[in-house]
Amino acid sequence: MMFLAASIPDYLKDISIGNAAIVALMGYVVVFFGIVLLMCVITVMGNIFVAKANKAKAAAQPKAAAAPVTVTPVAAAAPAEAPGTAGQLKLHDVPPKTAAMLMAIVANQMGKPLNELRFISIKEVK
Amino acid sequence: MINVGDILLNLWNKSGFAALTQGFLSQGGWQNLLMIIIACGLLYLGIVKKFEPLLLVGIAFGCLLSNLPLGGLYHQELWDAFMDANSPAYHSYGAILREAGLIDIFYIGVKTSLYPCLIFMGVGAMTDFGPLLSNPKSLLLGAAAQLGVFVAFFGAVLLGFTGPQAASIGIIGGADGPTAIFLTSKLAPELLGAIAVAAYSYMALIPLIQPPIMNLLTSAKDRQIKMVQTRQVSKTEKIIFPIVVVIFVALLLPDTAPLIGCLMLGNLFKETGVTDRLSDTVQNALMNIVTILLSTAVGATMVGSTFLTLNTLKIVVLGVVAFGISTAGGLLGGNVMCKLSKGKINPLIGSAGVSAVPMAARVANTVGQKNNPSNFLLMHAMGPNVAGVIGSAIAAGFLLSVFGG
Repeated sequence: MMFLAASIPDYLKDISIGNAAIVALMGYVVVFFGIVLLMCVITVMGNIFVAKANKAKAAAQPKAAAAPVTVTPVAAAAPAEAPGTAGQLKLHDVPPKTAAMLMAIVANQMGKPLNELRFISIKEVK
Repeated sequence: MINVGDILLNLWNKSGFAALTQGFLSQGGWQNLLMIIIACGLLYLGIVKKFEPLLLVGIAFGCLLSNLPLGGLYHQELWDAFMDANSPAYHSYGAILREAGLIDIFYIGVKTSLYPCLIFMGVGAMTDFGPLLSNPKSLLLGAAAQLGVFVAFFGAVLLGFTGPQAASIGIIGGADGPTAIFLTSKLAPELLGAIAVAAYSYMALIPLIQPPIMNLLTSAKDRQIKMVQTRQVSKTEKIIFPIVVVIFVALLLPDTAPLIGCLMLGNLFKETGVTDRLSDTVQNALMNIVTILLSTAVGATMVGSTFLTLNTLKIVVLGVVAFGISTAGGLLGGNVMCKLSKGKINPLIGSAGVSAVPMAARVANTVGQKNNPSNFLLMHAMGPNVAGVIGSAIAAGFLLSVFGG
């Protein structure tokens, strides 16, 4: 705890006008000095945070761009197929491996890419 | 058998009414009577005119209590002895407590700087430093607006005040009540009542004092400038800010540490998001309790024999000069920033650099809207406004380091 007023030198207690002018000028300069330094610290701090925020935003952008690809099928869910897919294939007593081989052979015979053909069902004729 | 007449006579002799009729007035009591009238005047200003009522009502009532004869609530002579290096009671709280009245005990919180620091904690918990963080340049306006502090200090020396007294008077220009009380209680406690009343009265009068100066020192064209919206400040930034400021400012000016430390602690309570209860207590219950104790104790120092002097009149005049010049300093800073930014900064926000949160920012907004009804300067002015709190604390720290020994 400090009680100060009694312990200062006389030249400050009964301060002359000249000394008062010097103290006043110094005081204003010190306030500016302190504030300017503080401003620099805050500016640097702000720049770091802005850069960090921009980086986070940039990282979020590709994800946002990819979002329609991932989101749309979910939104479309069951009913619609993406263009180029073979659609929903119904297999009747045919194992998936055999069905895949058959589709590949047909595509090869027709000279068409597999994703441009639509197989609706494959049924073994007995 | 009990003598009822003696009891009644004894009761009369011990009453304040008897004191009034038995030489009280001729022994300097007229000063106390005048102070009671002044206290009633201040109560009128606080209650009817709503001049800073939360503080002025307490100050006025404290003044009323300490000037009533035989109340014994406050003893100026005890505190004079407390500050007298030749007295056996020098810096002795024991001596105070032995003979203390109720308000003497309240006053210990002023003397130890407890109350101004706790008020600063509340101010910190109520302050959003976001506008300052989004536009750090506004700090410069908070510095520019401390001009009045140093001009008033110089003026006070010219008028014959001692160095410590002049420093305490000058800080009125910071427009920050707790800072003024903090500095004055350390440097010139004999002027505390007059300085506190001047500081809080002028703060209440900011809407009257500032606009003419604002219109005088800015052009109509500049007053219409619309400022662009500043960036959003993240939560993390707001949490780190008080920690950075307290480390930085306390290292620069250790004398400022109690004020800035409490201001930033209060702000940290607000921003962390995990200390909501503490923030709420500091903003409301604690702030209210301390305001009651502080205002009553400060008001009690307005004892007739020390208050009714020419010095009080000089302080009242110097106080308004300090306020005016601080406003002018902020506006000149605003004009410079307006020119340097090629018209992107409205110079009116410079006037808010004089602390007095948020009154000064509101005045800047009001004057701006008078010139351009679609202009909203409030958030832009809040930056310099809270910067003014830091600026006035730094100014107080400097004066304390020079005149505090």
